Amino acid sequence: MLYRNFFGVDPWREMDQIQREMNRLFETMPRTGTRTFPPINIWTNADEAVVTAELPGLSSKDINISATADSLTIEGSKNPEELKAEETYHRQERLYGSFKRTVALPFMVDADKVDAHFDNGNLTIRLPRAAADKPKHIDIKVS
Amino acid sequence: MAEKEMDLQKKKSAAVEKAERTREGKAFLPHTDIIETRDDMVLLADMPGTDQKSIDISLKEDVLTIQAQVKERTFEGVNLVYSEYEVGDFVRSFSISDTIDREKIEASYKNGVLRLRLPKIEPAKPKTISVKVG
Repeated sequence: MLYRNFFGVDPWREMDQIQREMNRLFETMPRTGTRTFPPINIWTNADEAVVTAELPGLSSKDINISATADSLTIEGSKNPEELKAEETYHRQERLYGSFKRTVALPFMVDADKVDAHFDNGNLTIRLPRAAADKPKHIDIKVS
Repeated sequence: MAEKEMDLQKKKSAAVEKAERTREGKAFLPHTDIIETRDDMVLLADMPGTDQKSIDISLKEDVLTIQAQVKERTFEGVNLVYSEYEVGDFVRSFSISDTIDREKIEASYKNGVLRLRLPKIEPAKPKTISVKVG
């Protein structure tokens, strides 16, 4: 960086310009929008899948979870604060409204044994793998 | 009704960029609603995954700083295969005007939301003045 202007001409100026234009181009592309709310994380091992989501401001009765053998649906709604006559919002960043999201699971699960916890805004759903779906070990016989 | 594209990813806390935090890990800005009522200002911050003991609220000069420590969530035996959000501490600062009664600030935490009530001092409350005839 120290020698940029050594010859009086800055050879990196064009590169900076191109970099800026590329950044501008990528900024206008749509990011993960309201179509996939809430954001989830999925953890798995051979026997179960754990799906977590952050839903602050909701209570467990506002959320509906249903599971089939290969998918999980999370839906619910969050109402904005009821404002009385003289109240106004200075700033509103929190999301509200109703949402429904269906997630395809990496393997078949036992829908009867799905367990869900909601604690301090964190939703944790444990889905045990269906017994029939577990890979069976095959012995190789020597003949 | 136009669909507003909302950025669901958490924004990195600006406080972190000015000076490094002593704790490791990322710090994020909690989404905050600020409502003004007749008697106070109410601040609602989305901070899931923390608890009452791990939230630190401090008021120094005119700056109110909210900090919350969030425990890393790990589950024994399972590996993370897909991630759409990150987990980290929350830090955010607001400048508070003189019209707030600093002694009476109240805070509560429920369902992942921190609710701060900042009462206005008496002179700042709107008073209706009736006009007498005569």
